[in-house]
Amino acid sequence: MVEVVVFAVAGAACLVGAVGVVLSRNPVHAALMLVMTLFGIAVLFVALQAHFIAAVQVIVYAGAIVVLFLFVIMLLGVDRAAELSLGALPAQRWTAAAFGFGGAAVLVWLVAAVDRIFKGAHSYELERAGIVVTEADAPATSYATDVSAIARSLFSDYVYAFELTSLLLIVAVIGTVILARRSGYGESAPVESGATPQEARQ
Amino acid sequence: MSGLEVTTGWYLTLGAMLFLIGGTGLLVRRNPLIMLMCVELMLNGVNLSFIAFADRFGDVHGHTVVLFVLVVAAAEVVVGLGLVVAVLRASPRATADDLSALKG
Repeated sequence: MVEVVVFAVAGAACLVGAVGVVLSRNPVHAALMLVMTLFGIAVLFVALQAHFIAAVQVIVYAGAIVVLFLFVIMLLGVDRAAELSLGALPAQRWTAAAFGFGGAAVLVWLVAAVDRIFKGAHSYELERAGIVVTEADAPATSYATDVSAIARSLFSDYVYAFELTSLLLIVAVIGTVILARRSGYGESAPVESGATPQEARQ
Repeated sequence: MSGLEVTTGWYLTLGAMLFLIGGTGLLVRRNPLIMLMCVELMLNGVNLSFIAFADRFGDVHGHTVVLFVLVVAAAEVVVGLGLVVAVLRASPRATADDLSALKG
């Protein structure tokens, strides 16, 4: 019963935050709504016994990424209300409507299918696909999810991908530094925070 | 209410709903900052599905994949915000539609 309440509260926070991100006119409000969604998901991670991932979610997402968003919003001074109307792109509106409603329809169908499969009523479909579901039918609660288990998988099965992420981060950092520099080779690049509005407007 | 139990399907449904809301927002909003936030929503929906399956099948690999998604999301946000800063500094009222001017 506690699980149901936790899921209901955290899930409602997630959905309200997500809708708020999409519908809020002010980018600052959108960023704060994003924090609400991320915290709700962190709570759900705890409910799913992914404690380390929940901590990383709060630290990296709510602590770093959203702060980065807010920093950029404040730096650029774009924290004013934007119009929500779609403007001159009706094709965009139709695409969005098709994505939303089509996705919702697929979602309903998928949930029904997944429920059926997980209840084991049609497990022969999975057996035909070569997936054994018998021992997984009962939710496994005793598997090792502590940091050592994650680290063991990270540094054994995924070690090449792990090394590639370091390369990715280096490339991202270098690319961002080059992007954020003031273009123009003759003048010396000024410090970013020292840019006057006149410079920013050019 | 006594027989009510949170199953994996609930989490998958919530993750798919987050993905759909994020995708719809990505399509309807024109502020590049909000579009980046909507991408984050989609990634979080996928992460929730990964963790739900990891819990369901007792497999720690889902956690590892979520860690990778977090790293890639951080890199994506850094590069995306760098682009947004570069564009909005040149023209402060630019929307995503105005980026078609980059085609030259």
